[in-house]
Amino acid sequence: MSAQPQAVPNGTKQTLTLGKALNAGLRRALEADPKVLLAGEDIGRLGGVFRITEGLQKDFGEDRVIDSPLAESGIVGTAVGLALRGYRPVVEMQFDGFVFPAFDQITTQVAKMHFRSGGRIPMPMVIRIPYGGGIGSIEHHSESPETYFAHTPGLKVVTCSTPHDAYWMIQQAIASDDPVVFLEPKRRYHERGEVDETTAPIALHQAQVVRHGSDVTLLAYGPMVKTCLEAAAVGADEGRFIEVVDLRSLSPIDMVTVSASVRRTKRAIVVHEAHRTLGLGAELAARLHEDLFYVMESPVLRVTGYDTPYPPSRIEEDYLPNLDRILDAVDESMSR
Amino acid sequence: MTNLIGHPDHGSFERDPQDMVQLLTPEGERVEHPDFAWCGDDDLAKQLLRDMVLARRFDVEGTNLQRHGELGVWPPALGQEAAQVGAAHAMRAGDHVFPTYREHVVCLLRGVTPADMLGIWRGTTQSAWDTVSTNTHMYTLVIGAQTLHATGYAMGLQLDGMVGNDDPERNAGVLAFHGDGASSQGDVNESYVFAASYHAPVVFFCQNNQWAISEPITRQTTIPLYQRAMGFGFPGVRVDGNDVLAVHAVTSWAMERARQGQGPAFIEAFTYRMGAHTTADDPTKYRLAEETEHWRLKDPIERLRAHLLRSGKIDDAWLAELDDEAEQFGAEVRAACHALPVPKFSEIFATVHAESTAELEAQREQYQTWADSFESIGADSHGAANGQGVSP
Repeated sequence: MSAQPQAVPNGTKQTLTLGKALNAGLRRALEADPKVLLAGEDIGRLGGVFRITEGLQKDFGEDRVIDSPLAESGIVGTAVGLALRGYRPVVEMQFDGFVFPAFDQITTQVAKMHFRSGGRIPMPMVIRIPYGGGIGSIEHHSESPETYFAHTPGLKVVTCSTPHDAYWMIQQAIASDDPVVFLEPKRRYHERGEVDETTAPIALHQAQVVRHGSDVTLLAYGPMVKTCLEAAAVGADEGRFIEVVDLRSLSPIDMVTVSASVRRTKRAIVVHEAHRTLGLGAELAARLHEDLFYVMESPVLRVTGYDTPYPPSRIEEDYLPNLDRILDAVDESMSR
Repeated sequence: MTNLIGHPDHGSFERDPQDMVQLLTPEGERVEHPDFAWCGDDDLAKQLLRDMVLARRFDVEGTNLQRHGELGVWPPALGQEAAQVGAAHAMRAGDHVFPTYREHVVCLLRGVTPADMLGIWRGTTQSAWDTVSTNTHMYTLVIGAQTLHATGYAMGLQLDGMVGNDDPERNAGVLAFHGDGASSQGDVNESYVFAASYHAPVVFFCQNNQWAISEPITRQTTIPLYQRAMGFGFPGVRVDGNDVLAVHAVTSWAMERARQGQGPAFIEAFTYRMGAHTTADDPTKYRLAEETEHWRLKDPIERLRAHLLRSGKIDDAWLAELDDEAEQFGAEVRAACHALPVPKFSEIFATVHAESTAELEAQREQYQTWADSFESIGADSHGAANGQGVSP
């Protein structure tokens, strides 16, 4: 395993956007390990269509920040070969809806290599995917494909919701000897927050209670964490004490943290942008019923995108979970 | 009914293309080619014959083992011995190979044991050999996916400074195998693009054995495959895939220019799949016996044997000794197959991840508790684990 990212005792605490925090985390990973490489479409000279890799090719060279031909399967497939050669490739899929040409390489090759080789061949690769909607974009640019990857044995799937997590989690994902699908909430790229280099991060696959409450637990991740925190703030004005858990890791799921929260509140609502059927909400509901059936006072509810393709952007606000839908679900949960 | 879309003409298979490198005719006559010369000596020629004979023996044993129920399935390489032996001999130890699942011959010559290959088809493993010490990647069953891995590995060799050095011993290249069917795959075409774009030291070795299960080469392409290479920006050569000397010469050339930093190349080894796609296939349903007979006359082993006998390099005693060696090898292969250990089911949880998860550990414990419950009542827990017992 590559060295775990360490706290910098005399480091900085500075306010960054989530996008800049990812850039800073990638920079530190490139500095820490000469085997770390970045590859993807437009990530070099342009710095990526979202500028997440801005300036990195200039500082680390074209051999370490590689502009790829426009072929997603080729990007991931060649990264497999680079990993076999001892490198730690970090590849960018330009948008969520464009990951599918690489689906075979990710689910059949990357995910299974360690297992198929009887544990002899690690596949330390990070597949970065900007995901989710709410940015008024054209189709295929607002999707939430996490379930496909969380359903695939061999992959780990994480997503950040704050600049601080973005900075640390990208470094932790790169240090992992397992392939990690790293989902970046693109509608939150410009959200600002403090990035603290001076304290060591919590474990990559650990969930975190980001707001304490006693009435109901909202289980969310990525772009929906902020939405849930806003809903909790509004709920507080109405006398609802809403707890919010940021899952951070979608595979594996930190059921210790999740169950501990729901054991306290006895009610759980899962919130995600992805389609409802067989989404993370289904898995969380199943596990909570296995663990806490006799503790919970109402069924696990889900506030999610619908089981439709992502709609045109002028009507996407009704597709995405919002404060009203979340607070309605809170009312429903509390009324049972 | 009239067909509205075009279909390949099954009656006009390409019998004797004129545009391929050949140094040994089907009759065993040595001929010269203006661009490619074979530089081996008599010892190497005899070694190539020996390797082809032993490889065929291994392949025949594989088919027989499947017929006897010892293997689930076997993909024969029958008829492709020259293509694989010639290519393997063009490799150096430090070069890396990415095989398809039919490269038994190549893998044997790379030091992979018969047992390690047979385990895949017997169902005891998905990959058993040490890919680092053999410099030979595991079999890939998704058609063509390995060509991208090969290209990425070749890019890694470039980054490691192992290409184009003045000292040739420091250089290495990659040989990526695929078939004629794979030439239609997106991944294969993407690998050509990446290899050309990065000037990667990878040689694509396509064994055009004329058939992708039941589909003839004319369904995959309307021009000779080697001509496609030009469109991707690197040289393509068609070689008589049943002529081990020509394959060795052409592959040696391609590998050396890759190691020296002159970029990728494409080799179309024009050969024929004499057997079925796998032992589960029935070629009589889709191809004519006449075609197979035509190719039987081009047998890769016969032509080298005839050449070496005629030129006095080998004699009947030498061949008898080789037969004995093949007999012994065959017995070793069968014994190795029977001795393959069946893994414990509980082991499958251990290697999903480099760092396992609580959920997977819980599933392992759940399985183990269930399996152990049969031992406590005296039942065979292994049988239970294989579905012969009751469900939990």
